[in-house]
Amino acid sequence: MSQNTAVAAAPAAVELFAEEPQRGHIRTFLRRHPSIVLGGTILALMVAIALLAPYLWTTDPQALAPRLRVRPPSAEFWFGTDMLGRDIYSRVLYGTRVSLIVGFSVAILASLAGLAIGLISGFIRLADGIIMRVMDGLMSIPPILLAIALMAATRGSVENVIIAITIAEIPRVSRLVRGVVLSLREQPFVEAAIAAGTTTRRIIIRHILPNTLAPLTVQATYICASAMITEAILSFIGAGTPPIIPSWGNIMAEGRALWQVAPYIVFFPAVFLSLTVLSVNLLGDGLRDALDPRMAKRL
Amino acid sequence: MNATASRRPLLEVNDLKKHFPIRAGLFSGITGYVYAVDGVSFAIARGETLSLVGESGCGKSTVGRTVLRLLEPTAGQVLLDGVRIDHLSPSRLRPLRRRMQVVFQDPFSSLNPRLKVRDILAEPITNFGLARSRSDLDDRIADLLDKVRLPRDAMNRFPHEFSGGQRQRIGIARALAPGADLIVCDEAVSALDVSVKAQIVNLLSDLQRELHLSLLFISHDLAIVEHLTHRVAVMYLGKIVEIAEKRTLFSAPKHPYTEALLSAVPVPDPTVRRNRIILSGDVPSPIRPPPGCRFHTRCPRAFDRCRVEEPVLKAVGPGHVVACHLHDLPAPAHAA
Repeated sequence: MSQNTAVAAAPAAVELFAEEPQRGHIRTFLRRHPSIVLGGTILALMVAIALLAPYLWTTDPQALAPRLRVRPPSAEFWFGTDMLGRDIYSRVLYGTRVSLIVGFSVAILASLAGLAIGLISGFIRLADGIIMRVMDGLMSIPPILLAIALMAATRGSVENVIIAITIAEIPRVSRLVRGVVLSLREQPFVEAAIAAGTTTRRIIIRHILPNTLAPLTVQATYICASAMITEAILSFIGAGTPPIIPSWGNIMAEGRALWQVAPYIVFFPAVFLSLTVLSVNLLGDGLRDALDPRMAKRL
Repeated sequence: MNATASRRPLLEVNDLKKHFPIRAGLFSGITGYVYAVDGVSFAIARGETLSLVGESGCGKSTVGRTVLRLLEPTAGQVLLDGVRIDHLSPSRLRPLRRRMQVVFQDPFSSLNPRLKVRDILAEPITNFGLARSRSDLDDRIADLLDKVRLPRDAMNRFPHEFSGGQRQRIGIARALAPGADLIVCDEAVSALDVSVKAQIVNLLSDLQRELHLSLLFISHDLAIVEHLTHRVAVMYLGKIVEIAEKRTLFSAPKHPYTEALLSAVPVPDPTVRRNRIILSGDVPSPIRPPPGCRFHTRCPRAFDRCRVEEPVLKAVGPGHVVACHLHDLPAPAHAA
């Protein structure tokens, strides 16, 4: 019996990954972490919108209609039309795709690259000094400026946007992973594994890597959110997604000139961007609390 | 086993040194050293417990880690069953690691939170290729859990489902897993509360008798040490100042530092009046250890010679060595 209470009271650092997927567990887990539920729901909705954009009563987001320019929201054009007569509702919905693709791709790519770089500099002393000075150099440039500079050097396309933002985000992930790796290396369970004859490769795979995943997952959500904002900024100043692909940033850029006449052109993509970023951040906060029970109790 | 092999100590440490370099910045070189362990020698026989005691920061844990080659020694020799292991390459050392294992102080950080007990215990067994089959592995793990008096179903649970004492049992089971001859217990019971501490100490001494283990028991708690050790080595600031059989050391300590340590052990009898030897000041920095005897800055009985000449370990009785000029008086008389 006393063991059962110990189970409940023990710091459940591995809860998210270790628990068996039982119904009762999931329900209490969701009740305890409402921000994961809220963030997850909004994000899932956005993913659904991105996937189902063609079936959600949209028209061709690029179809021009010069006679129907700058129409306010109505039954026909839910979010109104822009100065070229394009349906903003359709453009915003299709724009979800760019934002999510950029956000998710950057989060995944930056995490993988940061994981690799962080592991190398956490384990190889010589490489550490060099890599971390390079990362310091990259970090001294604001990520947005770095992304703008990288975009200026290349052709505007979604892939290049992803690459540019990824490069700008890598230093922070590498630092995080390096820090976690350095602290894990000193943990007695790693020393015990060395004493038990485990090879360095297996120590990394079995003991280091799994214990970096929780903080990395949390960091990835923040990177995802910041990547979506950076993409919108790049598109807004015309350095990002090319104009033929509707993205929230370039819809807002096009509506900027008409801001006082037709505020809805800027309003709807801005709402979608804010909601998506908010949902990802909520998810990140929730994950951080769920993965670090000490933090959760303090808040 | 022939006669010489059985008489040879299982572990022999000769003049072991571990100096940690101090680097001021990235580009500046080494500005000094921490002389954590500075010439330590001892031996442990088969089935024997040697306790290494001393204040925190005296280098006793560093000795344990260096013997296990978790730290690379700066100088000196470590012989395991007559084979030098201090200079072996990691790949040549790995098979020998099977024979010496470690139990750490903190039962929480010494177990990987993401591995089930079964996987934690299986790791050393599979590393050394000791299990013939999957069922053999399971049998071995079940046997280990029996040895440390944990229920067999513990193997399917995660470390966070156990209490501190239970986790320490898992740590001990892991140390036993590869069939080690020598176990270094680095403050293995210091983090546990009193009742659990007693259980783990009893478990360790039972296991030692059953399996004929050698223990290097690193501790600052003399009351615990007295309970389970055969011999005691007292360390001060990176050096061993006295080694003796338990009974000799506790009844007739020779070194002033040992006397001071022993006088600090609480006696559970309020009627006993004792002379507490209170040392003044702190342990000097191991970065700049004092010249002469390292203890002279705090020693109540220090005299001139202690400040200039470093004492060496000398025999003062059977199996009893002390590094102190007080027990070396005939020599200066002769010199004078």
